[in-house]
Amino acid sequence: MATQKVKVDKARLLDWYRQIVLIREFEDRCDELYREKKITGVYLHLYSGHEATGVGAVAALQEHDHVITAYRDHGIALARGVDPNPLMAEMMGKRTGVSGGKGGSMHLASREHNFWGGYAIVGGHLPLAAGIALESRYNNKDAVVLCFLGDGATNNGYFHEAVNLSAVWDLPVVWLIENNLYGMGTPVEVASGQPELHKRAIAYGIKDAGRVDGQNVVEVYEAASEAVEYARKNGPVLLEAITFRYKGHGVSDRAYSERVEELAQWQARDPIIVTREILTGRFKNVEAELDKIDAEVKTIIDRAVEYAENSPAPTYEDLIRNVYVEDANG
Amino acid sequence: MAEKNLPMREALRAALHEEMVRDERVFVMGEEVGAWQGTHRVTRGFLEEFGPKRVRDTPISEMAIAGAAVGAAMAGLRPVAEIMTINFAFLAFDALINHAAKIHYMFNGQFRVPMVLRAATGWGNQATATHSHTPEPVFAHFPGLYVAMPSTPADAKGMLKAAIRDDNPVLFSEVIALYPKPGPVPDDPDFLIPIGKSDIKREGDDVTIVTIGRGVEWSLQAAESLAKEGIECEVIDLRWLRPLDMEPVIESFKKTNRCVVVEECLPHFSLGSEIAAQIQEKAFDYMDAPVKRVSAMDVPLPYARDIELMALPDTQKVINAVKEVL
Ligand SMILES: Cc1ncc(C[n+]2csc(CCOP(=O)(O)OP(=O)(O)O)c2C)c(N)n1
Ligand SMILES: [Mg+2]
Repeated sequence: MATQKVKVDKARLLDWYRQIVLIREFEDRCDELYREKKITGVYLHLYSGHEATGVGAVAALQEHDHVITAYRDHGIALARGVDPNPLMAEMMGKRTGVSGGKGGSMHLASREHNFWGGYAIVGGHLPLAAGIALESRYNNKDAVVLCFLGDGATNNGYFHEAVNLSAVWDLPVVWLIENNLYGMGTPVEVASGQPELHKRAIAYGIKDAGRVDGQNVVEVYEAASEAVEYARKNGPVLLEAITFRYKGHGVSDRAYSERVEELAQWQARDPIIVTREILTGRFKNVEAELDKIDAEVKTIIDRAVEYAENSPAPTYEDLIRNVYVEDANG
Repeated sequence: MAEKNLPMREALRAALHEEMVRDERVFVMGEEVGAWQGTHRVTRGFLEEFGPKRVRDTPISEMAIAGAAVGAAMAGLRPVAEIMTINFAFLAFDALINHAAKIHYMFNGQFRVPMVLRAATGWGNQATATHSHTPEPVFAHFPGLYVAMPSTPADAKGMLKAAIRDDNPVLFSEVIALYPKPGPVPDDPDFLIPIGKSDIKREGDDVTIVTIGRGVEWSLQAAESLAKEGIECEVIDLRWLRPLDMEPVIESFKKTNRCVVVEECLPHFSLGSEIAAQIQEKAFDYMDAPVKRVSAMDVPLPYARDIELMALPDTQKVINAVKEVL
């Protein structure tokens, strides 16, 4: 695990705290809205429990760096600074959604934030990350790609091919495995011959950045910062964050309720609690500020829900647009 | 305009070369494209000329070849990725269909995927069941992807250049048997064949033959031979399976009232299935005979030469089909 180098200042910590509770609130509200049938469909994968990993890792990036992830993408989008209003609108399939209501929960993206999207085919975004990183190298830029992936995603061919390609082409990618101990219902040790997933790095001859506590935003930030700078200077690196998802795999998951004990253990080390402890341990009289953030975040999400509910649905014109690029001569 | 007589492989090479010279963003990647000089010699000499940054040998990783091309294209490069033969493109199917073809739509136009995936296609020389596919209709099933299949060196050049310059993803199928066949090719570095534009390769009033790729050769040979018997065939080379240029087909059909589709692919859910469906939808009142298909037989291709050839379309089968619809 990374040793602390630069002391993270109070403003930064408060900002991370704000992001973490923003994500939690966003996800709790999505869950509610789904039960109220205001968010519909079959796929809605919540990020609750993972917040410190997403926030800490994205914080390690510069603005011109790139982020890409799988379908559990709400939290990453928020951490990257995407406005909650169009994100919530996308959940409700509205025309004002980040993806115009055509992508849905699993396919959020914001080009202006260098957030290249959520992708719903397990592992499918890994070679895309390699390709985006290739552009950086090709044009002598110093931008890095941070690619989030699940523990389950390490077991299909995309992982093997993309990570190996990043090695032989020396691409600036941070492969960040969010190991939440399960892929749907399958525990890591049932799915992976080598359950210490960061060790996969060795097989590809890339840097093994080890394991980090995914519940601790500061530790994630430090490990990710090292990894990002390594990737910028040298090439690909693999980092593993250990975390846990609080909700079902997706909203239609019925099995997760069996994991109550395990869940309670993880909730005792909830990213919100851990971040609060870091702040209160380091600064005096910070509680009032934190409570104020909690309240502000609720208002932000209230507004996002209102915005989404009042937004128009996509039209027939939207249905048939963007199948192909129309002004297509690059 | 000046022309050169070139085999299709050289026409393709010229197209790629010109586009790489014209646009720094264009690069090639794939198995054996560099040091080996290209499995089909289309990238011969490129590594020496353009260097390893723009001529990128890859591991045997079809998912990553197609997927990394998608990412690089989204980020602003213009990859021309090569899949050694289309038989291996099945491994790249997800990257092509779920990613290349969907990303522009799914993210509401935020990203473009200006990539070309070149793949050598077709049967012959006892390549056997796993190595004899012409599965272009399978890829053409999906909106968001274009599918090209040239039949002459000139078309190959103009179509590849258009594909590279277009901002949409293109699967570019190159018929292996046509690589060595020569034809006149314009020198003009801006010679382009518009995406989705078919070509009437021979005019005639009696039967419309709709075809693509290698089928053009069989169809022209059949037309030639039938002409001696006074039967005039119109041969339409679609050139692209997507977009599918149906207007000239319908127009021709309204004149001939008869149609034979000649294709190298299997008959089930084939190019011919689509053409026949559209003709009955759009020109039912003009039909004087059922649309006839000449396709490969509905079996995996065997090794033994005698039965391999039995399973495949040829000029005689086209002649027979034309006579059946007359
Ligand atoms: C190629 C593919 N296979 C199967 C699925 C179905 N599926 C969706 S998510 C998932 C589990 C993935 O687990 P993991 O990578 O650990 O991510 P997590 O959901 O835990 O965040 C599966 C099997 C899929 N979407 N894509
Ligand atoms: Mg998992």
